[in-house]
Amino acid sequence: MNLYSLSLSDIAKKIKLKEVLIKEVLDSVYARIDEVEPKVDAYITLTKEYAYKRAQELQEKLDNGENIGVLGGVPIAIKDNICTKDIKTTCASRMLENFIPPYDATVIKKLEENGAIIIGKTNMDEFAMGSSTETSYFKKTKNPWDLEKVPGGSSGGSAACVASDMAFAALGSDTGGSIRQPASYCSVIGLKPTYGLVSRYGLVAFASSLDQIGPFTKTVEDAAIMLNVITGHDNMDTTSLDIDYEDYTKALVNSVDKIRIGIDKNFTKDGVAEDVKNAYNNSLELLQKLGANIVEVDLSYAKYSLATYYIIATAEASSNLGRYDGIRYGHRAKEFSDLIDLYKKSRTEGFGDEVKRRIMLGTYVLSSGYYDAYYKRAQQVRTLIINEFKKAFDNCDVILIPTAPNTAFKFGAKAENPLEMYLEDIYTVPVNIAGLPGISIPAGFDKDAMPIGLQIIANAFDEQKMLQVAYTFEQNTDFHSKKPEIK
Amino acid sequence: MREDYEVIIGLEVHAELSTNTKIYCGCTTKFGADPNTHCCPICTGMPGVLPVLNEKVVEYAVKMGLATNCEIARFSKQDRKNYFYPDLPKAFQTSQYDLPLCEHGHLDFKVNGQDKTVGITRIHIEEDAGKLIHDAYTGDTLVDMNRCAVPLIEIVSEPDIRSADEAVTYMQTLKSILEYLEICDCKMQEGSLRCDVNLSVRKKGDTKFGTRTETKNLNSFRSIARAIEFETNRQIEELENGGTIYQETRRFDDARGIGYAMRSKEDAHDYRYFPEPDLAPIVLSEEYIANLKASLPELPHVRKQRYINDFSLSEYDAEQLTISKETANYFEKVNSICNNPKAVANWIMTDFTKLLNEAEITISESKITAENLAELILLIDKGTISSAIAKKVFKKMFETGKSAKQIVEEEGLVQVTDENEIKQIVLKIIDLNPQSVQDYKAGKDKAIGFLVGQIMRETKGKANPQIVNKLLLEILNK
Repeated sequence: MNLYSLSLSDIAKKIKLKEVLIKEVLDSVYARIDEVEPKVDAYITLTKEYAYKRAQELQEKLDNGENIGVLGGVPIAIKDNICTKDIKTTCASRMLENFIPPYDATVIKKLEENGAIIIGKTNMDEFAMGSSTETSYFKKTKNPWDLEKVPGGSSGGSAACVASDMAFAALGSDTGGSIRQPASYCSVIGLKPTYGLVSRYGLVAFASSLDQIGPFTKTVEDAAIMLNVITGHDNMDTTSLDIDYEDYTKALVNSVDKIRIGIDKNFTKDGVAEDVKNAYNNSLELLQKLGANIVEVDLSYAKYSLATYYIIATAEASSNLGRYDGIRYGHRAKEFSDLIDLYKKSRTEGFGDEVKRRIMLGTYVLSSGYYDAYYKRAQQVRTLIINEFKKAFDNCDVILIPTAPNTAFKFGAKAENPLEMYLEDIYTVPVNIAGLPGISIPAGFDKDAMPIGLQIIANAFDEQKMLQVAYTFEQNTDFHSKKPEIK
Repeated sequence: MREDYEVIIGLEVHAELSTNTKIYCGCTTKFGADPNTHCCPICTGMPGVLPVLNEKVVEYAVKMGLATNCEIARFSKQDRKNYFYPDLPKAFQTSQYDLPLCEHGHLDFKVNGQDKTVGITRIHIEEDAGKLIHDAYTGDTLVDMNRCAVPLIEIVSEPDIRSADEAVTYMQTLKSILEYLEICDCKMQEGSLRCDVNLSVRKKGDTKFGTRTETKNLNSFRSIARAIEFETNRQIEELENGGTIYQETRRFDDARGIGYAMRSKEDAHDYRYFPEPDLAPIVLSEEYIANLKASLPELPHVRKQRYINDFSLSEYDAEQLTISKETANYFEKVNSICNNPKAVANWIMTDFTKLLNEAEITISESKITAENLAELILLIDKGTISSAIAKKVFKKMFETGKSAKQIVEEEGLVQVTDENEIKQIVLKIIDLNPQSVQDYKAGKDKAIGFLVGQIMRETKGKANPQIVNKLLLEILNK
């Protein structure tokens, strides 16, 4: 068996037990990258030199008997919207094509403190806006299960690189489903933590009240390990919560006995592919068989999530992306007649269509005279959705819905119709609107052998319950152990 | 201004808070450093950074609110004001929109002896922008981000002000309170205290306000007064000539003494305010507010009343002394040594103020220490030197920083009170001026003045004037 195909926890153990050298692990992963990256295109930047230097340092420490951390020597990929000091962070945008951050994101510090080795920065939809990674300025990442199909998005590069064994884990960001949906499309674990659990300091903001960083992994256990590392209060982010953080690996119990699983049949009635629906029903049946109780919950307001999302997210984005003006860093137009012209041309050239569309939408909904009708009302609906979930969790421990209504689609299939693309997030967006944790785990394949994901949602800060159900499901199925044949 | 018109003014005052660090990061707020040396990824708006509110900013703003009789919000929030400008690295200014920290206050003061009250609409916190520097050599415009995110409070008044005098006194009163609270250094020439003037005119008796204009960024009392006079006259003239006043933003060119339109409201920004999602609402407890209230120092109007009561000073003198905390502290220190409040007040308000204004420095920057001024006053009180000599000594003290005693000794200025010594001189002058003596005896009292002058000149002003007078009359009347 190749080293690169092991799980994070297995490779970390092997390194610690000195069964392998860290360098050998890196060799294996970079060889794998050389082999499949030309087909998958998951990375924007590879940090090989930096990685080998780190590997040597860590190996020396390990050989000196020092503790190199729970992720000691493990190669990890980072979505290219998380700032890495001295390493290009492009957000897959022409605007930041040559942007090198002068500082590390808090999660990067935490990963490195725990021994992780950053091996590269992954492709994504430009500024995390999209559901297919097609809006990247640089390249189109392919779904390892079918190279003619999208990997999902916006963290498509991170999902694809874990699915094709080009990293043991990756970080992504999830604003409306950008971790869970590509995890579902690529058959890996994708976890979006509760809003406020992980510091956003250093995550290039798309929609500040919705963004959250989370891991992609090959197993639920690995997700728990990654979560242990990246969570925690950060003085640099006042929205990160100061609570007692538990060891998430303690939640890895193979049992769903008496666990109450909430479902809303109406929510999953229409617009869901037949195969996805079947996989979902089979999953419910299995969990029931394993001792879980199914309870009906009412998520009537959740269907307004998408509309709410596209007002709040675009409003915040229109403000967050104002700083890319060609003045201090980033793309600046070569020729301009005056200041306004400099702004116009730099932004016209620097941003792609989807980013422009969302900036315009957001600018519109915040305009004087429209604020009350759009932004304010969206915030009111957001409160209704939050309360609805709160009520639902009075009667259940987790809520199960499909991660996405469909499996991965062909390149260009939805590119011409933004609304159809937005609908791919219909089951993931409510979780962001309510600030809840959600995880997508492999739960089957459709008739074209494309992966299907199952989404488990828990109450705020109840990642343990979510992980317990995910772990139990994983231990009793083998979807997660299937690997794509990349051809 | 024409008698049949009335001017309506509201001020928006910006005060930079003298916190050690900026409002959302740990950078220093010190003024005058090399460009772009007091900044970091956060205050330069790098991708991915987040703000963390400096709690001192809230504390200072609440203190100002309490000192101006405002209601303090138990719940307020910060909002983003979005617009593009090269000195604004995030393309939004974090400010407060609909829920400011302080509201519904008022300020009482006296203008030309009349009581005046001006309502304070609100006080909110926000961040300052950077500075653009035009390089005349290359023609480039460069940005200095040292001032980016220096904390500000904006104090917005009701349109209660009716003259330039009232505006200036209101502003002076605010400045005085800011200094007393030690929350702003109030260096107007450095821009740490500045104001925008909203102004409209109407015919006396009209109940509706006219269209107002906003003259921005005035940073001296003089330019506030001049800008108001200019704009008032402009508007009246415009209306008298059948013209229209447009709602617009204006600037005042202090050097040329004229105002001009900057941009009209038609092409004004839509700032697209919305709540700052990266910052939690500001929630203040009753205890927090009560503690701040208890910690407020003695404010100018209270101190003024104390001066009237304890030192028997006139209202005017008390006002003049207490308007600046620095001056008032100086006054009290001097008086604690020499215990002659009236004399101390007179020195500070006349000779001292004149020299300070000429040198363009403040009282604590002058070379005359409180101890030295007290010593000078004691020398007069004891009769060691005359008042006339004292004025000369004072000037020397101001120039050199030497003590009064030292100057008096070095220059031999001690008052001559020895009657025998003075008598010799009196006799000498009488001998030398027989005509004047004759004039006096013929009933011309004026001649006395001449003779006294001659005697003082002979003694270089050192002779005690009372003794001179006494002896001269004695001798002449013999």
